[in-house]
Amino acid sequence: MSSEEIFEPKIVAFVCNWCTYAGADLTGTSRLKYATNVKIVRFPCTGRIDFLLLLKSFAQGADGIIVSGCHPNDCHYTSGNFHARRRWIAFRSILDMMGVDVRRVQYSWVSAAEGSKWADLVNNTVADIRALGPYTDYQKVADYLEKEVQDGEA
Amino acid sequence: MKIGFYPGCSLTGSSREYNESVVAIAKVLDIELTEINDWNCCGATAAHSMNEELSMSLPARIMAMAEKQGLTEVVVPCAACYNRLKVTQHDLKDETKRKRVSEILQLPYDGSIEIINVLQMLEKYGAENIKAKVTQPFAHKVACYYGCLLVRPHSILQFDRVEDPQSMDELIKVVGGTTIDWAFKTECCGGGFSVSRTDLVAKLSGNILEDAADRGAEALIVACPMCQSNLDMRRGAINKVIERPSDIPVIYITQAIGLALGIDAKELGLKRHFVTVEL
Amino acid sequence: MSKIGVFICHCGENISATVDVERVAREIGGMEGVAHAIDYKYMCSDPGQTFIKEAVKKYDLDGVVVGACSPRMHEPTFRRACAEAGLNPYLCEMANLREHCSWVHEKGEETTEKAIDLVKMLVEKVKKNNPLESIKVPVTKRALVIGGGIAGIQASLDIANTGHKVILIERDPSIGGHMSQLSETFPTLDCSQCILTPRMVEVAQHPNIKLYTYAELESLEGFIGNFTAKIRLKAKSVNYSTCTGCGACIQKCPVKKIPSEFNAGLGTRTAIYVPFPQAVPNKPVIDRVNCNYYKRGACKICEKTCQVGSIEWDKEDEIISEEVGAVVLATGFDVKGTDFFPEYGYGKYKDVLTGLQFERLASASGPTFGEIRRPSDGAIPKKIVFIACAGSRDPAKGIPYCSKICCMYTAKHAMLYQHKVHDGESTVFYMDIRAGGKNYEEFVRRAIEEDTVNYVRGRVARVYEKNGKLIVKGVDTLLGGEQVEIEADMVVLATAGVANCGSEQLAQKLHVSYDPYHFFAEAHPKLKPVETNTAGIFLAGACQAPKDIPETVGMASGAAVKVAALFSNNELVREPIIAVVNRLAPPLYSTCVGCFMCETACPYNAIEHEEIKARDGSLIRTIARVNSGLCQGCGTCVAFCRSKSIDIQGYTNEQVYAEVMSLLND
Repeated sequence: MSSEEIFEPKIVAFVCNWCTYAGADLTGTSRLKYATNVKIVRFPCTGRIDFLLLLKSFAQGADGIIVSGCHPNDCHYTSGNFHARRRWIAFRSILDMMGVDVRRVQYSWVSAAEGSKWADLVNNTVADIRALGPYTDYQKVADYLEKEVQDGEA
Repeated sequence: MKIGFYPGCSLTGSSREYNESVVAIAKVLDIELTEINDWNCCGATAAHSMNEELSMSLPARIMAMAEKQGLTEVVVPCAACYNRLKVTQHDLKDETKRKRVSEILQLPYDGSIEIINVLQMLEKYGAENIKAKVTQPFAHKVACYYGCLLVRPHSILQFDRVEDPQSMDELIKVVGGTTIDWAFKTECCGGGFSVSRTDLVAKLSGNILEDAADRGAEALIVACPMCQSNLDMRRGAINKVIERPSDIPVIYITQAIGLALGIDAKELGLKRHFVTVEL
Repeated sequence: MSKIGVFICHCGENISATVDVERVAREIGGMEGVAHAIDYKYMCSDPGQTFIKEAVKKYDLDGVVVGACSPRMHEPTFRRACAEAGLNPYLCEMANLREHCSWVHEKGEETTEKAIDLVKMLVEKVKKNNPLESIKVPVTKRALVIGGGIAGIQASLDIANTGHKVILIERDPSIGGHMSQLSETFPTLDCSQCILTPRMVEVAQHPNIKLYTYAELESLEGFIGNFTAKIRLKAKSVNYSTCTGCGACIQKCPVKKIPSEFNAGLGTRTAIYVPFPQAVPNKPVIDRVNCNYYKRGACKICEKTCQVGSIEWDKEDEIISEEVGAVVLATGFDVKGTDFFPEYGYGKYKDVLTGLQFERLASASGPTFGEIRRPSDGAIPKKIVFIACAGSRDPAKGIPYCSKICCMYTAKHAMLYQHKVHDGESTVFYMDIRAGGKNYEEFVRRAIEEDTVNYVRGRVARVYEKNGKLIVKGVDTLLGGEQVEIEADMVVLATAGVANCGSEQLAQKLHVSYDPYHFFAEAHPKLKPVETNTAGIFLAGACQAPKDIPETVGMASGAAVKVAALFSNNELVREPIIAVVNRLAPPLYSTCVGCFMCETACPYNAIEHEEIKARDGSLIRTIARVNSGLCQGCGTCVAFCRSKSIDIQGYTNEQVYAEVMSLLND
């Protein structure tokens, strides 16, 4: 990548079907524009999101991750988003301790009525991650570990 | 208690009594006012109707000078100056504008200074203090008049209730006065037309004065030099346009509080008004 | 190797205008495991679906990806098409190329590349999809209607008339809602109560309707066809089975100065009260906040008056449980009070009223028996000013939307005033006149032309009181911005219609979405206006957005038909998106170690303990098992499971990891 070129980060968004996925649909229906860097993976609920998926994403070269679901009390399944929130609080400090750059995970709430919030969330996250630059630290560790495992097996 | 002080042009010219009363009550209330070094005009109405960069640069320089002096909070008694400084601070949150203004000024500006008006200063540092130091309760029924610049635009100033502000009323109650409930609290006095269209000023200020007088106010209490001069100085013209000519005086909130604190009328500049003050 | 078919839709030009759909189809066609990839103008159309069906057979496809609109829109359509062609419908997935791509990005290379990525992701997912069988569940053919205004009344009657049972609950002591408070209705000027009260009585007498007034929903659990509603029956302090509704207690009650809710605060009521004379049921309740006995422990005059001994002092709130199959939300709206407007005096001027208060003044059953009189001194106002758009369409007030009914009812108010006070002068300040509707525009013209109501286009800056008059300062924008000052005797604010109080909490109890203004959200703004995002819960009336009576009634009937259609099935088919615990051949049985973390995670108590026993009956292990009737498929258990033994169908670990890997490996 030449220094002239703008860094285009790869960002994965893990969102729930009922609030944020529908909110992102509304962004589309409202024709609000946002950056193309973010790609959505749909889940039934943020409670479903296993945080190992976040590590896997970083290992596979994601520069940033968005996790977004329903606002507190609005969860379609009553409490999935609370579980996700608690899990994130615990997981965040573990990640931090491990040396993973936690600024690369954006945790948010976007309801089915917040089409413009979704556009803002995407654009702000892209800008933030762009400022942080490519993320390869975790990828290197993961590659190394994988190699160790393979060597061990061999 | 130390606090930065930006008097502005009016307070050193047509509204010396405002300056005198601010300084006098600050002394009694143990508020130490530190004047900003080498301050300049805020640009008032003139600058921002002519040139955007100039209108931002003038207030920005004042705040930059205050920052340089190590001040963190500055009281701005004049409502117009207060408004210009706050609005500039808001506009300069935009990075491009901030860079441009710093370039013009050749001074660093980071916008960290807290700008407060006199009412905020008295609320923050004085309310309890004032209550304890009242020697002659200000036992008068008055109309608190806020004007346009102290509360508008609300989205930027975030001060008091925009249509029906209460902070001055509260201060008057602290010193023993009563305030009337009236409709012209935030109506325009004619403002900057003070010189060019005195007929308009007479009409607009007349409406304000008439309603206050009709509702039995003994005085109008203000916190803006422009409002004060329009309502006081143009009284002759005002009295010609309103149905019931009025001789109720127009005094600053700082003067009212000063009287309650037992400060001499002359020290508060009460002798400088056009309409005689006998309170 | 997989044989996936990929179908890229142009959606007319909605997708193809910004995404190079042909390139998407071409590149995906070259992917491993893709047997067939085409693009077509309208994939959801009949020929489009035929392409899919034919391809499924011709290429013996084992998976289908349709790159089109949101799966929330057309997933059922394409899954049905696959099923018709003999492919398990759950082997069909959609890539959202419209809402998440073409509509939100500009035309260009990156947009097409993103589209390719999205389709690739779903192709990788679908490779890991398993055929699933739908789950059948029974339907409880009884509906719960929440709210007894015109919306709830209409929905209840319509459902009841299809032969199904209805439980109608109402928060207030009587049904009737806002419509019972109105005087005359636009555009026909027929009396609101005259057309409503027969319906109210019909509700009370209908054999299929069970009415609970003074009751609120406590909680709702379950899912479409199988809800359990807990209903709080607030203590009425009066035994309705013995009370004859004679009203003697009301006559004798010494607490007489309570502002009447029914009269919008303009009249008073007693502590034991019936909200209005035509109330259904026409029996009183005791307002415990204001009753002397509950406040101070003494009085009991009503008890002494009651001939049949119906007063029940110690009665407590009761919570009952009802099984229902569908819910209609008809909780209506509220209007902002005059105290919301600092510029109009924060509600301190007695003669500044809301539209609803004016309705009560104009109503024959109101506090003045239909005479327009000032609340302050009882005088007949000779000059009256109506301010349309008080709060509505005003972003500074936090209400940017149009309340829709105000233009019409303001015209009606001015008209009623002119009919009642012949020498009166009325002025309406308006922003725009929005009179869309049958005979609506004609009605407004009639107010202006025949009843000589003075319409001024402009807003009012301030209202203040002076010498017993209300000074209204406004601007006439059609006369070159002239300032207008009117000395009025009365000012009526057409205050904004807002969501009813408690609607946010109710939405949370029901797990339905709501908009930023706390109105309940419909499932689709155009095509699913009465459905919510939660299956089995429907909307009727102004709880969704402000609307007038005909629209409310139409919507209520719509919701009723949806309920009736649901009840026409004996069984419902549910998506098999549920969790399962893996099972393996002995001696492993399952990787589940029986820690039951999943049990702590599950909000539906769907995790059961399964004992694996040897032939002799001795216990080998206890593992988790999912009750497929209770599981709703949130998947929270999956993230909790330490041994990765529980997984959720349709969103398995294999599937989502495949999606992520495909996205990032390029």
